[in-house]
Amino acid sequence: MVASSTKYVRITIQSSSHDQTLESWIRPILLKGHERPLTCLRYNRDGDLLFSCAKDHTPTLWFVDNGERLGTYRGHNGAVWCCDVSRDSSRLITGSADQTAKLWDVQSGEQLFTFKFGSPARFVDFSVGDHLAVITTDPFMERTSAIHVKRIAEDPQDQVGDSVLVINNPDGKKRINRAVWGLLNKTIVSAGEDAVIRIWDTETGTLLKESDEEVGHKKAITSLCKAADDSHFLTGSLDKTAKLWDMRTLTLIKSYTTVVPVNAVAMSPLLNHVMLGGGQDASAVTTTDHRAGKFEAKFYDTILEEEIGGVKGHFGPINALAFNPDGKSFSSGGEDGYVRLHHFDSNYFDIKI
Amino acid sequence: MEVLDIDARAAKLGIDWSQVNLDSIQLPPGQDFGIESDDEAVYHDDQSEFDTGFGNIIVVDHLPVVPMEKFEKLEGVVKKIYNQIGVIKENGLWMPVDPDTKMTLGYCFIEFNSPQEAQNAKEKSHGYKLDKSHIFAVNMFDDFDRLMNVKEEWEPPQARPYVPGENLQKWLTDEKARDQLVIRSGPDTEVFWNDARQKNPEPVHKRPYWTESYVQWSPLGTYLVTLHKQGAAVWGGADTFTRLMRYQHSMVKLVDFSPGEKYLVTYHSQEPSNPRDASKVEIKVFDVRTGRMMRDFKGSADEFSIGGPGGVAGASWPVFRWAGGKDDKYFAKLSKNTISVYETETFSLIDKKSMKVDNVVDICWSPTDSILSLFVPEQGGGNQPAKVALVSIPSKVELRQKNLFSVSDCKMYWQSSGEYLAVKVDRYTKTKKSTYSGFELFRIKERDIPIEVLELDNKNDKIIAFAWEPKGHRFAVIHGDQPRPDVSFYSMKTAQNTGRVSKLGTLKAKQANALFWSPTGKYIILAGLKGFNGQLEFFNVDELETMATAEHFMATDIEWDPTGRYVATAVTSVHEMENGFTIWSFNGNLLYRILKDHFFQLAWRPRPPSFLTAEKEEEIAKNLKKYSKKYEAEDQDVSLLLSEQDREKRKALNEEWEKWVMQWKSLHEEEKLARQSLRDGEVSDVEEDEYEAKEVEFEDVIDVTEEIVQESM
Repeated sequence: MVASSTKYVRITIQSSSHDQTLESWIRPILLKGHERPLTCLRYNRDGDLLFSCAKDHTPTLWFVDNGERLGTYRGHNGAVWCCDVSRDSSRLITGSADQTAKLWDVQSGEQLFTFKFGSPARFVDFSVGDHLAVITTDPFMERTSAIHVKRIAEDPQDQVGDSVLVINNPDGKKRINRAVWGLLNKTIVSAGEDAVIRIWDTETGTLLKESDEEVGHKKAITSLCKAADDSHFLTGSLDKTAKLWDMRTLTLIKSYTTVVPVNAVAMSPLLNHVMLGGGQDASAVTTTDHRAGKFEAKFYDTILEEEIGGVKGHFGPINALAFNPDGKSFSSGGEDGYVRLHHFDSNYFDIKI
Repeated sequence: MEVLDIDARAAKLGIDWSQVNLDSIQLPPGQDFGIESDDEAVYHDDQSEFDTGFGNIIVVDHLPVVPMEKFEKLEGVVKKIYNQIGVIKENGLWMPVDPDTKMTLGYCFIEFNSPQEAQNAKEKSHGYKLDKSHIFAVNMFDDFDRLMNVKEEWEPPQARPYVPGENLQKWLTDEKARDQLVIRSGPDTEVFWNDARQKNPEPVHKRPYWTESYVQWSPLGTYLVTLHKQGAAVWGGADTFTRLMRYQHSMVKLVDFSPGEKYLVTYHSQEPSNPRDASKVEIKVFDVRTGRMMRDFKGSADEFSIGGPGGVAGASWPVFRWAGGKDDKYFAKLSKNTISVYETETFSLIDKKSMKVDNVVDICWSPTDSILSLFVPEQGGGNQPAKVALVSIPSKVELRQKNLFSVSDCKMYWQSSGEYLAVKVDRYTKTKKSTYSGFELFRIKERDIPIEVLELDNKNDKIIAFAWEPKGHRFAVIHGDQPRPDVSFYSMKTAQNTGRVSKLGTLKAKQANALFWSPTGKYIILAGLKGFNGQLEFFNVDELETMATAEHFMATDIEWDPTGRYVATAVTSVHEMENGFTIWSFNGNLLYRILKDHFFQLAWRPRPPSFLTAEKEEEIAKNLKKYSKKYEAEDQDVSLLLSEQDREKRKALNEEWEKWVMQWKSLHEEEKLARQSLRDGEVSDVEEDEYEAKEVEFEDVIDVTEEIVQESM
């Protein structure tokens, strides 16, 4: 259950002018703490802690520097789909297939509150200021997929379970996979199986914008990642593309095409790099050669939309990716149950575009 | 809609009617928007005919004219004749009688139960000799109107003014001497120029639902044939692809061109309703340019195959094999114990009869001459040896024959210029439990056609693949055991003696199971398809050295372009993963890669043979430096232009991105206070500082990581 180092992994980065290829060898730290496929990875703001969720029932906290396991959060009774940590790293919120979302004290691991829903909770996100949280729920039995906004009390004693706002997805049978806060908590951005990105007003719950069908994704959107300043965001889809959108206008800015369905996306806070992870459907893994799976984390140049490199290692599709807020390390979580923690070496930062 | 209506409507919609290219409009299949298409009127001729209800009636003419006394007797005779063919309906025979003379009129009407029976009766009894002076003339009742309307006087057909045709070979005059290729993916069929200098394909023509099954180039590249429910169509033209001709053949499944593109053979087979019956086969031969059907063949699948394992689903394609050369003079069909050779002047059998060859199982034409090679396996438990024979057509004279003993199977491989024939012979070992292989090599162009026997160094090796060098004297063999067989190269010449086979070399333990010679010879790709995951080795046979090794993971198809300059490798939709194709230079440089989901087919447009003489070609090859100078300069210009364009593009993209970033930064600044209040007054915007801090932190990291690298050393 302890983190262990594995053999060196080569990360090849080709500068997009094609005149230099850099190889840097990094020794990823392999975090073996989960028994089931990974679902979500989140760093805290300082970039020293990493939270991981998996289909086993226990979210786990790790030290980023050495991969040491700090502790686990026990209490969920189903796969944990997602988590988010407050800006001051004191509160953790998790959403689970056991039809609850839970609020935790990060330091003690104590359960502070349980939000109960009639269907699995798919995604959670703290607002700016951490006084609100958005939670999405799956379509289940007669219930449609919905977005719930909860007020998060300063003192856990005052916490109530009522929703401030509930937004039902227009096509309720299609799952909402991601819902995040837009600028200044005024909007919520949602995306899911119907391949449409929607921006909602958080005051009234009205639909403000929808992504253009022509340029938008063609298949289910699996992942969404915001820029550090919330100005733009990146979505990944099963249609084998990832797209970069302006948060205010929902204008498509960039599009990245890869060869496998995209399950996870991340943006480097330092360099103009985006990272895509994915792989063929987990159910087809056993029937094909491991090289066919393409379980690689791919690097793309944000501006030129060109693939510049990749990091291999997982032997199953990548389900989760996260950049450290300092931009100097990243972690990936796979269907294979491992988290791989990569620290870049200097070569990575020498790449000139 | 009247034409005027259409004009008015077009004007209202602001369409310049004269600018609309009607031929370019394609409706999705099955959707006609209520517009009656011209095409259908042509194609559905046979189906749209009104059923008059008289389809099961025939008219028999030239009966004897008899008085009433003999009426019943004649009726009896006619009934007897036609009852043998089909069931005449009750009161279905009517023989009219002249009311004045009380004599029959010499004809009668017969109604059958079904139109098929009527058709059959017409075919069988037309020309039936009742006696010397009464030969039946039988027609379908439905045909009568048409036949009656034939004018007595011959009118000369109107001569249509001559319209010069398009230059169908214009693609050969491309300034950059590029080649075209066609691909099918999803519903689209696209033709591209392979622009290797730009490292990109340049689109020529694209059409969704261009074909309903597959497309095929004619052997000289002039036409592209598409298959439809109603028949086949060929496309071509000077600048784009227009339809040149259609060939009506309902539910056509397969097509084949004669080597000189004069004729198109279309094939259709129908599964029998009764599973015990053989499936029905219909084959038509069309003249490509006029569209006229020259001959059709109908029958059960058995008549078009030798009943081997391939005969289950129908006949093995191509049923008709064309003799080599551009004349398109002969074609042959193999069926049980017979070889039928037809000539194209009259489209009938040579000498009006087939060749009887007991138990013949395979025939093969020389690619250049009208020589047919055939293989007959052992019979009578080995009492009668197997034989391979060469037969000259049309004389049907056996040029050469070789008897072979204890043979299990033979495969014949002609060299592309018809100089050599290699026969791979699988023989039983003494115990008859296993087989081993050897080659019989025929030198066709030499006097008496000498035969040489070649065995591999280790004669127990299994032969996995064999391929002649196009136009050359060498061949390559993959032999040995999977998964790492050996590849050997042989030449039909030795240094001293041009009449002896010699081995050039063997490459040990290669991951290959297929051979792809460059169309110009000299270079070969040793490929490991399917089980070998798409290993490619680009090999120079002159120098016997590997130029490059590469991999196109899971590649299913490899095709050289007709000039031997480029190779395409493709993953077709046998698998779901990574469908698409890759273009390589002949020496194994990856030029570009195109991914397409649901990728079905890739085919280079063939080129007709060069007009240059062999001597001239040799001279050019010798002085290649002189000729290539010009092209090298052009190449350099292109690459300069490309990098210039690339730089510009990057600059533009960067500027555009900068604009976004500037906008974001300023808006972020504006919202600073709002954000601060949301965070309970915390001065929170450290993000901006992080942009500044970036450089400093970055220095730190270099130190740390370099330590790690040293550790690892």
